[in-house]
Amino acid sequence: MKTLRAVDVVIVGGGWSGLLMAKELGARTSLSVVVLERGEPHTPGPADYATGMDELDYVTRSRLMQDYSKETVSLRHTPRERALPIRQLGSFLPGTGIGGAGEHWGALFPRYTPDLFELRTKTIERYGVEKLPENHSIQDWGVTWQEIEPYYAKAEQLVGISGKAGNLNGKKIEGGNIFEGPRSTEYPMPPLKTASLPSLFNDAAKSLGYHPYPNACAVNSRTYKNSDGLSRPGCFYCGFCDHYGCMIGAKSQPSNTLLPIVAKQKRVTIRTNITVRRILADSEKTNAKVRGVSYIDASGEEVFQPADLVFVATWTFNNTRLLMLSNLGEPYDPATGKGTLGKNLTHQIQFGVQAFFDKPLNRFMGAGGVGVRMSDFDGDAFDHSQLPFLRGGIFYATSTGAQPIASFGVVPRATKSRWGSEWKKAAIDSYDRTGTVTFAGEHIAYKSNFMSLDPIYRDDLGDPLLCLTLDWNDNERKMAEFALPKSVELIKTMGGKDVISFPGYGHYDATRYQSTHVQGGTIMSPSPETGVLNPYSQHWRYSNLFVLGASAFPQQGAANPTPTILALTLRTADAIVDRYTKTPGSLL
Amino acid sequence: MRRREFLAFSATSIGGVLVYSLDRHLTRVSAQTKSSSQIIRVPLRFFTQSEALIVAAAASRIFPSDESGPGANEAGAVIYIDRQLAGPWGRDRRRYTQPPFDEDAMAEFGYQGKATPRDIYREALKGLEGFDSLSPSDQDKKLKQIENTRFFALLRLNPLEGMFSDPIHGGNADMVGWQLIGFPGPQMSWAGDVDKHFGEAFRPAPMSLIQVLPGRKLHPTEDEDLKS
Repeated sequence: MKTLRAVDVVIVGGGWSGLLMAKELGARTSLSVVVLERGEPHTPGPADYATGMDELDYVTRSRLMQDYSKETVSLRHTPRERALPIRQLGSFLPGTGIGGAGEHWGALFPRYTPDLFELRTKTIERYGVEKLPENHSIQDWGVTWQEIEPYYAKAEQLVGISGKAGNLNGKKIEGGNIFEGPRSTEYPMPPLKTASLPSLFNDAAKSLGYHPYPNACAVNSRTYKNSDGLSRPGCFYCGFCDHYGCMIGAKSQPSNTLLPIVAKQKRVTIRTNITVRRILADSEKTNAKVRGVSYIDASGEEVFQPADLVFVATWTFNNTRLLMLSNLGEPYDPATGKGTLGKNLTHQIQFGVQAFFDKPLNRFMGAGGVGVRMSDFDGDAFDHSQLPFLRGGIFYATSTGAQPIASFGVVPRATKSRWGSEWKKAAIDSYDRTGTVTFAGEHIAYKSNFMSLDPIYRDDLGDPLLCLTLDWNDNERKMAEFALPKSVELIKTMGGKDVISFPGYGHYDATRYQSTHVQGGTIMSPSPETGVLNPYSQHWRYSNLFVLGASAFPQQGAANPTPTILALTLRTADAIVDRYTKTPGSLL
Repeated sequence: MRRREFLAFSATSIGGVLVYSLDRHLTRVSAQTKSSSQIIRVPLRFFTQSEALIVAAAASRIFPSDESGPGANEAGAVIYIDRQLAGPWGRDRRRYTQPPFDEDAMAEFGYQGKATPRDIYREALKGLEGFDSLSPSDQDKKLKQIENTRFFALLRLNPLEGMFSDPIHGGNADMVGWQLIGFPGPQMSWAGDVDKHFGEAFRPAPMSLIQVLPGRKLHPTEDEDLKS
């Protein structure tokens, strides 16, 4: 294997967290940085998406998503089963190429609730230890709201967020999310415009005594110049947003928000079409260090890239898998509770109820962030002492730009056929009168949900696939049973008729989209016995190895994960620039 | 190389403008002249002519032309399906196809079979010989018999895609699918309308990608690694 010239820093993955770390190091240090990205490059800015308003290629055929023919993950519901590969995209949509899933994301940008970072402590404080469900794996992160809040604010300024504060330095503000943690700053931009269905949701939620508020999202409500001096235009509400890249750059994506800066940084190099196979380490020493990474370059040759500092910043699954393939850390064993690598796999529960409205909704207009939500039943905002579950979620209605292939065909229950004249007539009649109220709930961590390496199935290079052992448990089922009648009440109050309900959660279903929010595997924790990383996302054993992204989350919050990914990345960047570059070693 | 097969349409059955790609070049075929004598011959990429006629007939039962408006026939959905099967989707180019396969897996694991969409169509069409000359009610009976097959799942979905995808993919001729449901297609901006028209139908005339981006080179996925 050829050895390349050593660099100071290697960053594996060119998505939100990888490019953000590259940008920070490029701007604030003299380190030489190489970003290794598996997929294709991007032109800085929105140019690559100018011809991309095509549902078939971008939604149906998933043009921006990971190519599963090369690599996927396998799934089993319990350790007793043989896992099967998830052969086509389904319950989550990993991205590929520069920008990763941050290119095709829906761009919602809510913060987590403060208590999530100390979930174990706060739950026991309020309800006692007996409230923690059997088989749970709930633990604290090792960071607190006070530590992370300034970085949320920084991330919002950088990415450019439209929204309305509901708790500014402890002062509750009607019309914002009054259940959010105290914020130090208002959002950089006012909320996006409200479309028809969300406006009905807003009125209905208010009339039921709830506290609806406009989505916080990374879509500009007007021209915005960010903290790096980069200017992007306001949203056109074209409706080609979620699953797409933005053709004008109004939706913030790594390619239009980070890449224009990184591409000009002389000491940062981006290499694309690179498959990183292993992190190499000297494990014998007491002060263990990684030495760099081996990868297959665009020409197919395997090379070794030495580096003093390695960041693993790919999507949740590949972060965990790369550490496993590299034998860095002890794999988690659910039977004994020993080992930390692969533990606390969480996804998300998300389901909608649909109903038919008398009047058309003009659903084709909108953007990923256009919508209204309410957090009255999020996290621990309501008392759970008499309820058979922990935590909660967010109710919302959106107008993200309904597209016909994905949304045609919903018919009233009286229509029994699913093809032919009767169905066609009913589906045409219902097409623009169908509305959805969605509940996005928290998926708590369990001992029985974890990642390992698959014993049978392999990727195109012959390496084992990552195996998910994952199923729904009672907490999700009971939470769904609690949320369902509230969703139905909301949509009926909005004027929806003939409600199509949600059948409830059976086994985890790889074909049913939940969200692209998958967490855990290389979790941070206050001690090396319970997690892979310390609270700076630094590996407990290999002090020059950092893992960025949602794989570091010991818990999932109902809110979308990207704001927390970026806040934690900025916090780590500060610690590296201010302390690690002066005194390499543990940041604790 | 197999003999080049064509599917013939009368101009009236299409009723508008059919945009299709021949030898990877974008061509515009005008079918505006409503003379029944004008025949448009579309080269097939995957189906034989007799297969295409069966699929066209079946697609017309899934999404019929009737009093609620035009259907799969007017949209040219069979042309769309032919191109999809010839392209990367038909070959499972992006599906994980490493063995072992487990055809009996629970539905929660998704399709676990080995057969590609091309295999599934080709095999199932063997059993539907003569389908296109049956009466509509006999055709429906036949389709009901196979309703629980993987083939039918594709047969139900693909004409719908051919109705509602951009005309660049070979279906949705003259944007008949979009007109049917009031979808305006890809247009640059609704900034002045998104928070208006509440409670009333706002129905701008649809535009296709080629109209919105005249002269731009477009790269539909089905043309990727197309065998010449």
